[in-house]
Amino acid sequence: MTVVPFFIIVSLGAAFLISVFGKHYKRSSDYLANSACFILLALSLYTLNLICKTPNHILVYRVGGWIPPIGISMVIDCLTPFMLITVNLVAFLIAIYSINYMERYTDKWKFYTLFMLMLAGMNGIIITGDIFNLFVFLEIAAISSYALVAFGTEAEELEASFKYAVMGSVGSSFILLGIAILYSYTSTLNMADMAKAITQKGPAKILPFVSVLFLMGFGLKAALVPFHAWLPDAHPSAPAPISAMLSGVLIKVLGIYALSRIFFNVFGMSQAVSRIFIILAIASMVVGSILAFGQSDIKRLFAYSSISQIGYIVLGLAIGTPLSIMGGLFHLFNHSIFKSLLFLNSGVIEHSIGTRDLKKMSGILYKMPVTGYTTLIGALSICGIPPLGGFWSKLIIIFACIQANHPVLALIAIFVSILTLAYYFKAVTPALFGREDGQDYKSFRKKASWAMNASMIALATLSIISGLMLVPNLGAGLLKDATSVLANGISYANLVFEALK
Amino acid sequence: MKAKNEPGMTLIVKTITRLTVGLILLYGIYIVSHGHLSPGGGFAGGVIIALSFVHLMLAFGKDVALKKLSMSFAGLLESMGAVMFLSIALLGFMGGYFFLNFFSKKGLPFHLFSAGIIPFCNIAICLKVGAGLFAIFVSLVLLYKTDE
Amino acid sequence: MLTYFLCFILFSIGVYCVLRKRNLIKIIIGLGIIEYAGNLFFALIGYRTEGRSPILTQDQAIKNMVDPLPQALVLTAIVIGLAVTALMVAIAIRIYEKYGTFDITKINKLKG
Repeated sequence: MTVVPFFIIVSLGAAFLISVFGKHYKRSSDYLANSACFILLALSLYTLNLICKTPNHILVYRVGGWIPPIGISMVIDCLTPFMLITVNLVAFLIAIYSINYMERYTDKWKFYTLFMLMLAGMNGIIITGDIFNLFVFLEIAAISSYALVAFGTEAEELEASFKYAVMGSVGSSFILLGIAILYSYTSTLNMADMAKAITQKGPAKILPFVSVLFLMGFGLKAALVPFHAWLPDAHPSAPAPISAMLSGVLIKVLGIYALSRIFFNVFGMSQAVSRIFIILAIASMVVGSILAFGQSDIKRLFAYSSISQIGYIVLGLAIGTPLSIMGGLFHLFNHSIFKSLLFLNSGVIEHSIGTRDLKKMSGILYKMPVTGYTTLIGALSICGIPPLGGFWSKLIIIFACIQANHPVLALIAIFVSILTLAYYFKAVTPALFGREDGQDYKSFRKKASWAMNASMIALATLSIISGLMLVPNLGAGLLKDATSVLANGISYANLVFEALK
Repeated sequence: MKAKNEPGMTLIVKTITRLTVGLILLYGIYIVSHGHLSPGGGFAGGVIIALSFVHLMLAFGKDVALKKLSMSFAGLLESMGAVMFLSIALLGFMGGYFFLNFFSKKGLPFHLFSAGIIPFCNIAICLKVGAGLFAIFVSLVLLYKTDE
Repeated sequence: MLTYFLCFILFSIGVYCVLRKRNLIKIIIGLGIIEYAGNLFFALIGYRTEGRSPILTQDQAIKNMVDPLPQALVLTAIVIGLAVTALMVAIAIRIYEKYGTFDITKINKLKG
């Protein structure tokens, strides 16, 4: 029980300690950040274990000893450990990777401070049970990500960061406005209490308005299609570990987790909202993959494919049957693994070849086997090639579409999957397998260090074996429990209040 | 009235600043220490304290203010404020909960020495905000200067 | 009710400023207007007719106070706004160093 606030304490404490010591003791920032990430990962596994043992699978922590509608609460239900494990696993592997990668930037400790602050924000969003607290953590994560995008302080990075910051803070203002209206309607900020008040007062005209505000705000953070313009600039401009972090987990926690928590568990999913989500999801899938075709910059390609894959996740969640929600969550996990893997690989490639242009690369598979093969695994997984993780999650989503009587959606999902295969094949294959004469093999200046290789191999292994999560007794329980939290909808409020007694 | 190579503003401004800057600082400290009794608190007090240094910098130029409070020391203070706030929150575990007001269950209204951990939290916030705001101001000034 | 609509008009002015202006600094000012409109709206929500400020004083009974919670939340939102504004001003200064202009139509090294 006492373990719950440590997700915030460890990450925030590490951030502040790094900013105290990191300036004077060079290596201390590495040790502090990596050990903090490791502790967070261990804590999330422990939380999973803890939540399985508690009856009703829900834990409510009262911050400061105050009873929830008055004080802030932290809620752990089955969805929370799933998200915590996803975030902290990716963050831990990225922290290992950035030990060596970030050497080429000055002031590494500043990077680690911002990184840990971002992690604190994300962990906070996941465990909080209070809607304004969610906003504050969202802003912590968002502001540190604006700064991290501009970390290299080159012209393009600053421009991308400014664009991201403008759009991000407009989105945050929409969220704040939505929270204000919701507070005036329900006179509470606790999410469980809010859900209860909304069900008691019945449907009101104000709710669609608030839904639209939240959809704009969180949709912008998740880069759903009409709000996606910042992502293809911001994600490629950041240093590779941060691109991996942003594309891998940030858009999912800030956007999709917050959206699904609010729409499923507080408002209750209605037919109209789910239809809007489906339209946005389809738009993201199609537009993202079509735009990805024309890209020759490797990181830009990955960024566009992120938009397209986010569409899959939202599609799965929006259809709303238990099977489709499970597919959406499973795809969320898979995508965070293989997309961070691909971005880390792009970092190594940029590091050693000195360019991000796909046309100038060839034969990576022969020259840098680790990077080459892990890129291949990531790309195959994202395209949905059978034994890999991405295949299973896409398959579940497509099955769920058919099961829920949406054959058109299933067809679109298959079509986009083929498109994904096509643009990865077109872009990545020459870079990996090509043996052109013009290629100067001596241009591979530096190879990746063992720590970078280790984290890439770990992520690649995870994306190979993540299909095992569907096997009963291994991970299916975790996925099924996480699904049930969203599928149960607004009975979340009753569970929270029961846990308080 | 202004000597040629002297940084900062005119003599009138400098004299007024010399008189008022201490008072502003004191007022900030008052706001922080009475934060649990009257409007204000760590954030407002911290801003006022930072403003007194900003005032000094505007009137006398950046070197004088930086001599009183250097950039790196401000950064250190900021981090220390955050660490202090977090450790106060951690001490709440002595009573069993994160952020628990552990050594006074209920404060007395209108008494300066009451309210348990809240005055300490205010001081920590004041350090964080004051040093942070000053550091932001200084770094913007330094950014601008490199441009010329 | 009218004050709420005025808040929304202020909000839209801010959005207009962000969308329409070409100068980076003006965009930042527009964001400031958006933030303040949101904060003003939030603070107004807590208002009660004939309410007084929620401060405990020695000789007055506690009655008919305005809601203090939105004010505390607005204070937090202001701090967040301060952080965003400071970061964006710093980025704008750096952009000016690199490009020599504040005009967003001339800051276009990124495309697509």
